[in-house]
Amino acid sequence: MTSLAFATILAFVAAGYFIGRHRSMSVVGGRHSKLHSRPTYHGAYVALWIGIPALLFVLLWLLFQNNFIDSMIIGALPTAETEGLDAGQLQLIINEVKAIASGNIFKEPTAEIRALADNYNHWMSMSRILMVGLALVICLAALIYTLTRISDVFRARQRVEKIVDGLMIACSLIAIFTTLGIVVSLVIESLRFFEKVPFYEFLFGLNWEPQIPIREGQVAAEGAFGAIPVFTGTLLIAGLSLLVSVPVGLLTAIYLSQYAGSTFRVVVKPLLEFLAGVPTVVYGFFAVLVVAPAMKQWGAQIGLDIAPNSAIAAGAVMGIMLIPFISSLSDDAISAVPQTLTDSSLGLGATKSETIIHVLLPAALPGIMGGILLAASRAIGETMIVVMAAGLIATLTLNPFEAVTTVTVQIVTLLIGDTAFDNPKTLSAFALGLMLFITTLALNVLALRIVQKYREKYD
Amino acid sequence: MTDLSNQSSQSSKHDWHSGDANRRVRKRHARDRSLRYAGLGAIALALALLGILVSSLLYSGRHAFTQSVVELEYFIDPLKISRDDPAKGSYRSIVKKTILSHFPEVTNGREQRRIVKILSGGAKYLLRDHIVYNPEMVGKTILLELPLSDPYDQLHKGVIRRDLPENQRRISDREIAFFDVLVKKDLVSSPINWGLIFNNDSRRPELAGLRGAIVGSFYILLVCFLISFPVGIAAAVYLEEFAKNNKVNDLIEVNINNLAAVPSVVFGLLGLAVFLGYFELPRSAPLVGGMVLSLMTLPTIIIAARAALKAVPPSIREAALGMGASKHQVMMHHVLPLAMPGILTGTIIGLAQALGETAPLLLIGMNAFITSDPGSIMEPATALPTQIYSWADSPERGFTSRTSAAIIVLLGFLVIMNLMAIILRQKFEKKW
Repeated sequence: MTSLAFATILAFVAAGYFIGRHRSMSVVGGRHSKLHSRPTYHGAYVALWIGIPALLFVLLWLLFQNNFIDSMIIGALPTAETEGLDAGQLQLIINEVKAIASGNIFKEPTAEIRALADNYNHWMSMSRILMVGLALVICLAALIYTLTRISDVFRARQRVEKIVDGLMIACSLIAIFTTLGIVVSLVIESLRFFEKVPFYEFLFGLNWEPQIPIREGQVAAEGAFGAIPVFTGTLLIAGLSLLVSVPVGLLTAIYLSQYAGSTFRVVVKPLLEFLAGVPTVVYGFFAVLVVAPAMKQWGAQIGLDIAPNSAIAAGAVMGIMLIPFISSLSDDAISAVPQTLTDSSLGLGATKSETIIHVLLPAALPGIMGGILLAASRAIGETMIVVMAAGLIATLTLNPFEAVTTVTVQIVTLLIGDTAFDNPKTLSAFALGLMLFITTLALNVLALRIVQKYREKYD
Repeated sequence: MTDLSNQSSQSSKHDWHSGDANRRVRKRHARDRSLRYAGLGAIALALALLGILVSSLLYSGRHAFTQSVVELEYFIDPLKISRDDPAKGSYRSIVKKTILSHFPEVTNGREQRRIVKILSGGAKYLLRDHIVYNPEMVGKTILLELPLSDPYDQLHKGVIRRDLPENQRRISDREIAFFDVLVKKDLVSSPINWGLIFNNDSRRPELAGLRGAIVGSFYILLVCFLISFPVGIAAAVYLEEFAKNNKVNDLIEVNINNLAAVPSVVFGLLGLAVFLGYFELPRSAPLVGGMVLSLMTLPTIIIAARAALKAVPPSIREAALGMGASKHQVMMHHVLPLAMPGILTGTIIGLAQALGETAPLLLIGMNAFITSDPGSIMEPATALPTQIYSWADSPERGFTSRTSAAIIVLLGFLVIMNLMAIILRQKFEKKW
């Protein structure tokens, strides 16, 4: 039914274009020069007027019909049954009705639920028919309206350009709406979480055991939501990754920009770019397959007990991932230093390394710092490597040979296979997500500030 | 520096060739060399790590590109399988009878069961599918290659080593002896494993393939492209060519730059809360995956498209404007076509990033276990990276090499896409 609606609209749009073009020609009896705008603009005007409102209508209908029908189901339930139920329990009833309506019967439903399921199917088909019908009406109305406006003096080109302007602005605004969507959804779910778990307990608690009691009054599984061990784990792994990536990446950038010949650069740069393009799930598997067992073996040889999902294995692999990132950002920062500085240093008799260490690096330091901050923000937000290679249990430790967990690991494990948004376990993932978003955003803004401030100095 | 000035004040004539001075110069040059070697060492380390990454994947994945099969003659007993309805019937007993016919001396029921387990547990379904496809074979004998079960597959490829003590491997000496009977009769072979690409997912590693994941990834990229390409171009054109310098447009630019750096898992949270939670779109559907990933690729495409538009020289615009074209006509007829190769290059790179993205897809449930490929963008599906994640999590030995092989397939797709982008850039991009 949905594809039928889209097909109808597209057919109308195509037809509208040709009808509009033809109509404008016939208005002036085939003499182009009499028209204000060229016939294609008249056609485009009709097509846009048909397509945009109709498509918008269908999309909105599809997005909101579920919510509307859900409330109809709730409304149809006897008030005795819905009284005193919270949103989660109501959602369970709705899901049951929908499951039965689509033919998946797990247990024998009550007569009321069965009747509701029949009603639901009826409403859904009504809704679809209504949608296609109304879309048709909109198309027809738009066609008739626009055809009456076409004349020799009608400024179709200006109209079309106005519409296109509006479309372009709408597309640009998507970026703002995405940010808004992220902020609003994270904040709303986090507020619901903080209703159940106090804010200070989340931020300063030392115990992270995100469980929910399966039966009431179960003491052992009450759950604790103190995120400090999760935060320290994140910082530990991110710090380890920077320990690997900053020296290697910086030295790589120095060599590539100052010492390497052009052939060397042409060969090495694409390889480093390939390292940057490898998906993080691949790095995660690499950590599990190669790095973690190797580290465990080395540790055993020198008498260290390294956990199979140790922080150092995850951090090292994340460091490998960040090498090309740091290297390219440092390269940018170094090449932004004016040539005159380098030349004058070399002219005074300094060696290349003295020039690099005493002149180039201090001048490029803000840019390099900005790059390191961006890398840190990436390390904190990186998900797949730690999901596969780091631990699940939050231990409060700074020992890199033990297993720690991170914010992103907790978000993924808490939400996989679970969409009930009514318990602190799943909601806590959104609170963690909010913290993650705020931290990475702050790091990015700080990094961009530093880089921009530095740029002004030489321009 | 202070030493230097002291020295020069003591002796007005400096000896540049004294032993002291030479030593100092040598020391400075040595320091220069050490920085140089440190840089070279860093690059060598990075490249070595890349080498280890790729070679370990190839090494571990090499076994998944072949699949051990055993070729047996199956008599399709018309008493057990009816010609009219070949889908029903006891294929299990046919498989069992066929393989046991090679071991006439074994009569013990427990040992017989161990022999049957040499074949994959899915062998009976493969045989059934074959007969359903060729119902005229009922009552005849067919020669068919069916896969070995995972432990024997690993044994045949040498992953499970025969020289290990018996209690350290998954197959006992007795079972190896049974298997060797088949090997001696030259019935076991390891042809190329096309099933890796063309089979759907399965709990049995010897049958599991990437077909559903590849189709799912294709749908996701399709949705992602259909949304982010037009929207990205429109936004780029507006911001680069039409937008005036005001607060709203500044805000948009800041937003685009920040979105490019938001962690991918946060986009997953957005998809979960808004697309699944609020709009009640179906879970695990490529439509939702594509929508989430398109929000992530949009900044990439917008930034690339703006760069491409900027690269079109102003003379083109001025010439068209001078001929009386409107601003929109200049854009649509001249600037945009000239910028298109650059925009397409950026789009392909953005889509390649989207193809490897995993975390947001996990949150919207695209790691589900699904044994058929999705028929549309609304049906539950997996994607290549999420399939890799679920295989990596599976305990069976055979999935380790399958995961590596799946990664090689994914990297293959990424390399192809990036090569396309490079060729496009070199072939069509004009240097003004």
